[in-house]
Amino acid sequence: MSDASNSTDMTKANQMTGPGNIRAASVKYGILIVALLALPMIAPPFWVYFIAILGINVIAIYGLNVMMGYTGLLSLGHAAFMGVGAYTAALGQIHLNLPFWLSIPLAGIITAVIGVGFGLPALRIRGLYLVIATLAAQFILMFVFVHWTSVTNGDVGLNIEPASLFGYRLATDTQMYYVILAVLVASTLFTANVIRSRVGRAFVAVRERDLTAAVLGVNIVYYKLLAFAFGSFLAGIAGGLLVYFNSFVTPEQFNLQVSIFFLAAVIIGGQGSMLGSVLGAIFMTLVPELLRLGLLAFSDVFGFDTSQILVPLRETIFGLLIVTFLIFEPRGMAHLWHRVRNRVVPREEHV
Amino acid sequence: MTLILDYSALGIATGGLYALIALGIIVIFRASHTFNFAMGEMMTLSAYLFYTIAVTYSFGIVAGLIASAIGSVIVALLIERAVLRPMVGQPFIAIVMVTFGVGSVIRGVMSLIWGPMDRQVPALLARDPVMLGEIFIPGKSARAFAIAVVIVISLILYLRYSRAGIALRATAADQMTAYSMGIDVRRVIQFAWIIAALAGSISGIMVANVNSLTPHMGLIVLNILSVIILGGLNSIGGCLIAGLIIGWLEAMTGLFLGGEFREITPYILVLLVLLVRPNGLFGTKEVERI
Repeated sequence: MSDASNSTDMTKANQMTGPGNIRAASVKYGILIVALLALPMIAPPFWVYFIAILGINVIAIYGLNVMMGYTGLLSLGHAAFMGVGAYTAALGQIHLNLPFWLSIPLAGIITAVIGVGFGLPALRIRGLYLVIATLAAQFILMFVFVHWTSVTNGDVGLNIEPASLFGYRLATDTQMYYVILAVLVASTLFTANVIRSRVGRAFVAVRERDLTAAVLGVNIVYYKLLAFAFGSFLAGIAGGLLVYFNSFVTPEQFNLQVSIFFLAAVIIGGQGSMLGSVLGAIFMTLVPELLRLGLLAFSDVFGFDTSQILVPLRETIFGLLIVTFLIFEPRGMAHLWHRVRNRVVPREEHV
Repeated sequence: MTLILDYSALGIATGGLYALIALGIIVIFRASHTFNFAMGEMMTLSAYLFYTIAVTYSFGIVAGLIASAIGSVIVALLIERAVLRPMVGQPFIAIVMVTFGVGSVIRGVMSLIWGPMDRQVPALLARDPVMLGEIFIPGKSARAFAIAVVIVISLILYLRYSRAGIALRATAADQMTAYSMGIDVRRVIQFAWIIAALAGSISGIMVANVNSLTPHMGLIVLNILSVIILGGLNSIGGCLIAGLIIGWLEAMTGLFLGGEFREITPYILVLLVLLVRPNGLFGTKEVERI
């Protein structure tokens, strides 16, 4: 959030361009990808499911992080935008019989258009107004999902057929896992490259000092709209993948709590950091799961039902984490990670 | 025709409460440029404090009201000191997010303590309907409206003419100048939080009286955002008129389009206001176009 985070972005970009570092980074990411590819063969099915959901969340959180972390546009409607993508993909298959490879990008594009439609009135003005416009988007879109029953089938939701790609039916979790992994890698590369480009620097300039950016020739409204479109696009892609992965879609998957979940993931992971998006997604997906398991063990030991307190406890913990990170570590777990690593490994190896 | 008038009266009656809640948010915004998303939860918490003292420990209604007022002031000052003071100088968005987090914590804790069920608070407001000529207004709503409007108007007058109110306006106009002229800005901000806590305490108890008390009662504040935007973010007087307009519009859409449309009326209106007149009806040119 300060000039310092800007300069870490820059040093990171410089590190990337060093020839030795490119090799080191390729090896590192290569190992990671091989591990992820091999995972379904060695890990139990639950892990495959878990990591697939995690991958979808990471794609959506990349989008929110570009809006919030890089450009400084707070959105409280990210889950609803994801819902737009999900319903687009589902309706595309049901009514137009669109193939999978077409419906996912289409979900992204339609979501970007709708997102910009909601953002447009507020993006011209500074401050609180975008927060309220996105909150309005969250409620209005949820209203459409729930009450436009002739199209969305209301609270019951829609069921769709499994995806098929190049003539193969992707019916199992493992098959969809590989597709999600591919989309995740593609969106990681895409986001990283946008951020490192002229566009990404314009985003950061808008966040840090919009007036200065304007004086230097950055068209602020254009870049804000672009960031908003980009974020909604990734939300739409994630939503499209989610509906194909679950093979159903219901409105409650995209309510305000989910938007707050995404918000918390970006804050806790690290605003303005790709690594932060991933760490935030992992953390926020793991914590509720661990909490549930912990409570389950607790109720076994003490013999009383703890399932009732799970939801409020989660709400309390999410809130506490948001407040704590904003006060004590506004740059999130990504920054914590960099600090710990620099202490363990001598600094020279990185520079 | 009488149906329309009945609904209008009911809507406007609800609008009075909206105005009181909006006032709490605007006062804090004026003093410290903090938009308090936790207002709804502060409100609900005061209603629970009232409930606990008045019903659970049966100390009676008066004790409940006093405990609720004191408790909510203490909570508000704690939030201000522990969460918002360390955030001074941070970007506006970070401060918005932190209040959102505080709201989430309070909501979760309330559910943990009092559980998810509906609570009936003791009836403070008489139930017998009020008739205005031919127009029928449910008793609780009519009385809540009267109380809310009296409080809002007296607060507006107080903030206009008292020393504290003038200090608040000076701080809102320019914090540095106010500080250098000898106004204790910290005290002004604390004063704003106290006013907000008291407004929240009264409106919380009245909302719990008209509807019922659950940990999620505070989500009503998300509707009130539209009151604030329509009235103008920095206009204390504007919130009263905007509150009445929004309450009336909600009732009208409920009548003509069906109950489910009520919940999105404020949001559609917000988008229209942002498009046409982002300063709101009564706000001054604080909006910065870029």
